[in-house]
Amino acid sequence: MRLILNPNIAQPDQFYGDLLAAHDGLSDAESHAYNARLVLILGNHIGDLEILAHALDAAKLASLKE
Amino acid sequence: MKAVFETPLYPYQRHADQDTDEPQRHHVVIVGAGPVGLALAIDLAQQGIETVLVDDNDGVSLGSRAICFAKRTLEISDRLGVGQQLVDKGVQWHLGKVFCDTRKIYEFNLLAEDGHRRPAFINLQQYYFEMAMLERVRVLQQQGAPLQLRGGNKVAAVLSHHDHVSLQLDTPDGAYALNADWLIACDGATSPIRQALGLDFVGRVFEDNFLIADVVMDADFPVERWFWFDPPFNRGQSALLHKQPDNVWRIDLQLGWDIDRDAEKRPENVIKRLDAMLGSDIKFTLEWVSIYTFQCRRMKNFRHGRVIFAGDSAHQVSPFGARGANSGVQDADNLGWKLKAVINGSAPHDLIDSYDSERVYGADENIRNSTNSTDFITPKSPVSRIFRDAVLDLAEHYPFARPLVNSGRLSMPCVYDHSPLNTPDAMVSGPSRTRPGAPCVDVALCDGYLLQRLGGRFSLLLLNIDSTIALEDIDEAIDQVVLDASLDLTGALSERYLGSDSQAVYLIRPDQHIAARWSTFDPLAIASALQRALAGGSLTCV
Repeated sequence: MRLILNPNIAQPDQFYGDLLAAHDGLSDAESHAYNARLVLILGNHIGDLEILAHALDAAKLASLKE
Repeated sequence: MKAVFETPLYPYQRHADQDTDEPQRHHVVIVGAGPVGLALAIDLAQQGIETVLVDDNDGVSLGSRAICFAKRTLEISDRLGVGQQLVDKGVQWHLGKVFCDTRKIYEFNLLAEDGHRRPAFINLQQYYFEMAMLERVRVLQQQGAPLQLRGGNKVAAVLSHHDHVSLQLDTPDGAYALNADWLIACDGATSPIRQALGLDFVGRVFEDNFLIADVVMDADFPVERWFWFDPPFNRGQSALLHKQPDNVWRIDLQLGWDIDRDAEKRPENVIKRLDAMLGSDIKFTLEWVSIYTFQCRRMKNFRHGRVIFAGDSAHQVSPFGARGANSGVQDADNLGWKLKAVINGSAPHDLIDSYDSERVYGADENIRNSTNSTDFITPKSPVSRIFRDAVLDLAEHYPFARPLVNSGRLSMPCVYDHSPLNTPDAMVSGPSRTRPGAPCVDVALCDGYLLQRLGGRFSLLLLNIDSTIALEDIDEAIDQVVLDASLDLTGALSERYLGSDSQAVYLIRPDQHIAARWSTFDPLAIASALQRALAGGSLTCV
């Protein structure tokens, strides 16, 4: 398995809306804490260290080129 | 009553070496009679290697200091003849609880795997560990072992030569000189020998202070390890409560960086903090209080010619995870048999270099582990605190986050995967945990335990194999341990040493680490692996 960087969410607008809605009414500190929890939950779901390493790298943008 | 650590156990006595015109020369001089120096001295004494152990003190360590002794240390102690004594005296615990603020966020049970003679670890004050070792020294001396213990001998000068080391020792009767073929510095984190030789000791300083208090109390707290993040009685910091023998409890309170150390150490201030933690209705007395900061660092090399560093003098870790004394005892375990082989002429000096490479590798692993724990317990940046708190919040609700909580990991022995002493694994589907470089895993047999049959000398473990090696094929004294399926009551022997194979041959070093393994019996391969394990990397690959 490789990290999927092509569209993989059937309803992108729905997901993005849900993500923003989850932060509604949160202070900056609460939002940061929420994001951290979300990253950890998603990371655990993926589980595969190689894919996670690829994701950590991909999020830097700079090193996207292969 | 005097505390045990106030009693002189090996008071200074004048020795004939102090009255000779020429300095006397000894095979091995060990400086520092702490856990590491004592373990090494006992190992050498058991092997008949002439050794002098010196210390500027004359008793056991002040205060509890190291309190968690891991299974591997107990297994090594078994080989040194003190394991049972330590386990009998020590406190065993299985349940750990982690609190955040006032909430218990989860608990864990350390129930160890079946078939091991020794528990995952015991809690025991360092002074009891040293006392057991000192008693063993006395027994060995009575049996005629060539080991001397000299209290009140302080190293004043050290000079390293090509083939020996010369020492100047201060005593209450004045100074005298001594020569050693090998000098082993087990003289602690501040190592005067390391400083005298001007050797490096670099690493990372953690900006934090911890208050350690040994408290004697008749409290009915359960025998468990309790760890708090951000408790009400120590806001924004961490705390630890741990049981030791004799109703002594270890309490660790994180204090932060900008504190008045002298004020914090004053009994009235310590008592105020402990009242807040334990509740003012609990009666206790303070046995020992200390404030420490810590560093994670190591020497670049542990061997410098004829001077070898072991334990805290060579590497220092944070206290989280009990990797100080435990890794130091592994240093001693690794070094003892190599010194013996070199001194007896059955191995080249290069073998000592493998002590350096193997234990530097082990120290790096320990530093990495204890740094991880430290970074979790005391986050160093706003974002690392956000993730740390996120893990704690999640751990209360979801099991997946609990393994991420790091309040100190169990100290595990190092696997010397890339050691020059290893022969490449010749068991295609052998279990990973018993691959070359790994310490032997214990197994319950129908008449005792596997580790009781191994160690001290090289061993050949023959599983479901009828042949034994003819002794004329090899130079080194070797024990042959022949086991078949009928001894393997639980199947653990097969699971841990055979995997899917039906038979196996293991070559095991005197420190119970595996040097080589095969699924067939080949005397030539065994002899060559033994030669490699003794050559210390000087053998070129063909």
